[in-house]
Formats: sequence, structure tokens, C-alpha cells
Amino acid sequence: MKDTPLCNCERDFLLKAIEEKKRLDGRQTYDYRKIKITFGTDYGCCFVDLGKTRVMAQVSCELVAPKDNRPNEGIMFFNVELSPMASPAFEQGRQSELSVKLNRQLERCLRNSKCIDTESLCVVSGEKVWQIRVDVHMLNHDGNLMDAVSIAAITALCHFRRPDVGIQGDEVTVYSPEERDPIPLSIYHMPISVSFSFFQEGTYLLVDPCEREERVMDGLLMIAMNKHREICSIQSSGGIMLLKEQVMRCSKIASVKVSEITELINKALENDKKARKAGGRCGFAESMPQERITALKKDKTAVEMTDVSERANEIVQKAEALPQTVPSPVVPVPGVGQVGQGPQNTWGLDEEEDEEDSDEEQEEQVTKMEEEHSENKEESRGGEVVEISDSEEEEVVILHPEKPDRTPKNTGSTSHQKVAASSKKRTKK
Amino acid sequence: MMEVCGSSNVTLREFGCEQSLLSRPDGSASFIQGDTSVMAGVYGPAEVKVSKEIYDRATLEVLIQPKVGLPSVRERSQEQCVRETCEASLLLSLHPRSSLTLILQVLHDDGSLLSCFLNAACMALMDAGLPMSCLFCGVTCAIDADGQIITDPTAAQEKQSRALMTFAIDSTEHRVMMSSTKGSFSVYELQQCIAVSQKASEKIFQFYRDSVRRRYSKTL
Repeated sequence: MKDTPLCNCERDFLLKAIEEKKRLDGRQTYDYRKIKITFGTDYGCCFVDLGKTRVMAQVSCELVAPKDNRPNEGIMFFNVELSPMASPAFEQGRQSELSVKLNRQLERCLRNSKCIDTESLCVVSGEKVWQIRVDVHMLNHDGNLMDAVSIAAITALCHFRRPDVGIQGDEVTVYSPEERDPIPLSIYHMPISVSFSFFQEGTYLLVDPCEREERVMDGLLMIAMNKHREICSIQSSGGIMLLKEQVMRCSKIASVKVSEITELINKALENDKKARKAGGRCGFAESMPQERITALKKDKTAVEMTDVSERANEIVQKAEALPQTVPSPVVPVPGVGQVGQGPQNTWGLDEEEDEEDSDEEQEEQVTKMEEEHSENKEESRGGEVVEISDSEEEEVVILHPEKPDRTPKNTGSTSHQKVAASSKKRTKK
Repeated sequence: MMEVCGSSNVTLREFGCEQSLLSRPDGSASFIQGDTSVMAGVYGPAEVKVSKEIYDRATLEVLIQPKVGLPSVRERSQEQCVRETCEASLLLSLHPRSSLTLILQVLHDDGSLLSCFLNAACMALMDAGLPMSCLFCGVTCAIDADGQIITDPTAAQEKQSRALMTFAIDSTEHRVMMSSTKGSFSVYELQQCIAVSQKASEKIFQFYRDSVRRRYSKTL
């Protein structure tokens, strides 16, 4: 589904407003929208609301073999999912330009800045390391996804606890959370991305652009910084020429914003820790607003069970007893079974052949005896009786043409005789 | 034959719902059953790709996003269950040659996930204001090793259960619209579970009604 296009009037109006230092939502140039951080029920799950933009991050871990060139370092994996829920323009399972850009920026922000101690994720050097996977899902797109993503990802990483591991000799034991308290990741610093949008070839600058503003902007500058005022990554897109002073000014603004946001994250983590320690229920369910008119909650309710059993009985009895259409399986001969209706299966072996088999067995004995005392009479006997036992004979029996009602005994015997004759010849030689 | 199961297990966990919580989708809802929570967003009726166009009704697409990793076969089968239920209740012929997209995002899985999907889907479709012939809800029942029925089981209870059944039930006649089962059970147990689910569905439909009434009320 395509995104709704922005009409020229709207575009002009937005640009005019920006020229007059006004923003649609009444913010000042350097203002961020309201940031809200909530945590999920399990460790490493974090929701970030940046105005109406909403993202969810989930951190998970897995034991894997390390990379060959870094045998004692854990692996960080980032995945930014542009779910179609966030915007109709996002398509399922397609790597769009935006998703590549966000993924790459998040990697540069969190992996390349070495904010996470990957060496502490090593379990057995060269054999087993932890892979930390960060999945970020967009839930609602109202501009400035990158900042929301970076806040969600770093907060989720701070919140995450990985299972404890014990090593005894060659044995590696992963302890469940009940056995041993899971341990947090060691994080050196928290890089946070701050986005600046430029309008009219860089004349005007806005912090934290909303979706409408993003659509009319000329260029975007993303600065990832930590609270020690160290720049972790810086990226300019949109093909805009920026002056040195502009970049310096942006980095100063970023440092202020980053320290504010870091404080907020720490406070949120602190609150969550307290809530978990107090043993109260925490998580998404608890963070659902109660005072909103669109939300409603109902306590645990019992389901009536009074006449359930009777009803079930009634239905089962009403739908009673299908006629036994399936008789017990018919086994004509060992190895062949038949169930259900229809004509008798005539495949495989049937009675006459069975008889034949037994006949042959008898005949075998007879012929053997005959063979012993009358070797020279063979030719004269011609079409009369005798067959000879041979392995080839049995093959012939299997290939025997099947006619259920009229089994041609004579043809069978002639074929047998042919074989008999040939085998005789062989025995003679 | 088995006796009526103890009433302690036959409860629905506390459940809650919030509607129109996202600004972009045409309808959105989050549904919470105990710790299990799902967020749903609906887009549509909107233009449809030519390849997916159906000349006499709307094309409904259901997407389930797992929390970790990409959607797999499990999600695909759940998508199908939800889609068929929605198709049965939505009046799709009122919007021919258009598309409806329903996206379900898992926020936390603590058992009875499929029923939570169904409930969230229904709330989101309601919020989007799409015409429907009836509402629907999902109820999950588990039968544990002793043959006791547990409604709305948690993940731990699901793991210990012998059989797991999820039913979608319509609001007008409380009939079964969709069923998805796992494990082995007798005909009697199946009928018992259906009966229990029908009873439980009344509670959920009452909740739907309450939340809609609250939403369109003037005061809290």
C-alpha cells in the first residue's frame, strides 16, 4: 500500500511555518517530543514512545561458535524490522532503503562504538560465545525513527540479563534464572542518536522532526553521542552541504539532549529495578493506562461450569454411533491386508496360486524322486507331469498373469515346463 | 466417564484492552490476557495490488510478527487461522477490489497466544469501523494429564497439558468459527471444551460491550 502523498499546499504551509520558527505541534526548534520508556514482563524488552512514534526492542541471547578471526569475542546482532503496522508504506519482508539505513546506523552507533564489552560474552574461547540479538520493531511511525530505535536498543541492552554459565572442566552448564540470578551485560557507555533536519538548503534546523517535517526536509544529520560528550557516529544524508559551524552547533545541541535522555533512561531503569525487587507485577500489562477512555481492564473471572458436562454428554449422545462401516481388516494371505468395502483385492497371491505353490512343493518332491531313478526318460514325458525344483521357477510364479476367476492352470504348467526344460538342460551340462 | 473438572482451573486470567492507541493505522488495539499481550493494527479499505485483487470482495491480509526473528511456519499457520476467522465475520463484499491489512505484533507470549491474536484482531477491526456480520473471540482450553480442563492456560500450563485447543466463537449464536487443536483427546472432551469455551466467550463478549460502551460514554 502506498503512503498518502503530501499535497503542495501542505508542503508550502509546513515550510512557511518553519520559516516563521513555528512547528505544527507547538514545539520550539530544539525541543524533543515527550519520551516515555516502559519495560516488558521479561528482561530485555523495552518500549519507547517518542511523541506518537512508538518502537519496541527485544534483546535475546544464544550460545554460538565465535567468528574465526575473533575467537574470544561475543557477537552482537541488530535487526531493525519495519513492520507494516508502523506505516502502510512499509512492506513485509522487503529490505527497503530506510531499513538498511536504520540497521547500519544502529550498528555503527552500538557495535562500532564498542559500548558493549564483547569479550565478557566469551564462554569457551574459540568454541562458545554468547550472541546477543537485538530485534527492534516499529509499531507506529511518526518521524524520527532513528532516535527512538537507538534509545530503545540501548535501554533494552541495559535492561537485559543473560543466564549465568558455569564451567567445570570441559562441561559448560547454563543455569536457569531460578538456579542462579541472571547477569547483566557490561556496558561502558550509552550512545544515543540525535537527529537534526535541515530545511531550505540548511538555513533552518529542527531537532526531532516529526513525520510531516521529515517529508519536506532537505537533509538529515544524525549524531550519536554518549553523555561524556564523545561522538560515536555522525551521518549526514539527503545530499545537503553543511558548514563547519553548523555541525559544531549541532554537536553542542546533541550533547545537551543526550545527557537529558541518558538521565531519563537511568531513571526508568532504576524504577523498573525497584518494582522488580518489590516483587510486584511489572511489565506491559501494568503500564496500560487506566484513566483513558479507550482502555478497559477486567479482573480474573471464573467461567461457569454448571451444565457443561451435561451438554457435552448430550451432544456426544445425539451424534451417536456412526454405523461401523469399517470391518476388521481382511487378511487373505500373510503379508496382504484389506480394509473397507469394494471388490476383493486380487493383487498379490490368491488361492489358486496358493494351491499351486503347495502343489509345486509336492511336485518338487515327486520330481526329485523321479529324477533319481529315471534320468533318461525325460524327453518322452513331454507335456505330461513333471517339473523340477529350481529357484527360477519361483520367479516365474510371481510374474504369473492374474485372472481371478479362471486361473489358467495349464498355461502355468506349460510355462513351468519350459523352465523345467531349460533347467533340465542346464543340469545335464 | 470423566467428572466435571474443578472450578479452580476454569477461569480467565485478568484481561484488558486498549483501542486506537496508534496514530498511523486506521484501527488499532492491544489485548492483554494475563501476561500475554498482542498489539493489532488494521489498514484499509485501501487500494489493492492488481495481483491480489478480488473482483467481488476485499482482500484480507493477516501478518503476524514474532517478537524475535522473522515469521516462520508457525506464524504462517496462525495467520491462516486468524484470516479465516476474520473473513467469516467481515462483510468483505461491501468493499470489492480493495485491501484490508491486519498486522498482529506479539508483545509477550505467556500462553493462549492464538486466542489473544483473535481477540486483539476483533478489537482492532471494531476500532477501524469495518462492517462485520458478528464479533468473534478466541478461547484456549488445555487438558492436563489428569484430564482436567484449564481455560486460558499460561505457557507453563500449556507445556504440561496433554491437549490444547483454541476455538473462535461468534457473538450471535456462540458457534465455533475456527478450531485449532494439538494433542489427543476424546470426542467427549472436545465437546466439553467447546461448551466451556462458549461459556467463556460470553464473558469476553460482555467485556467487548463494556469497553465499547466506555469508549463512547461521556464520562469515565
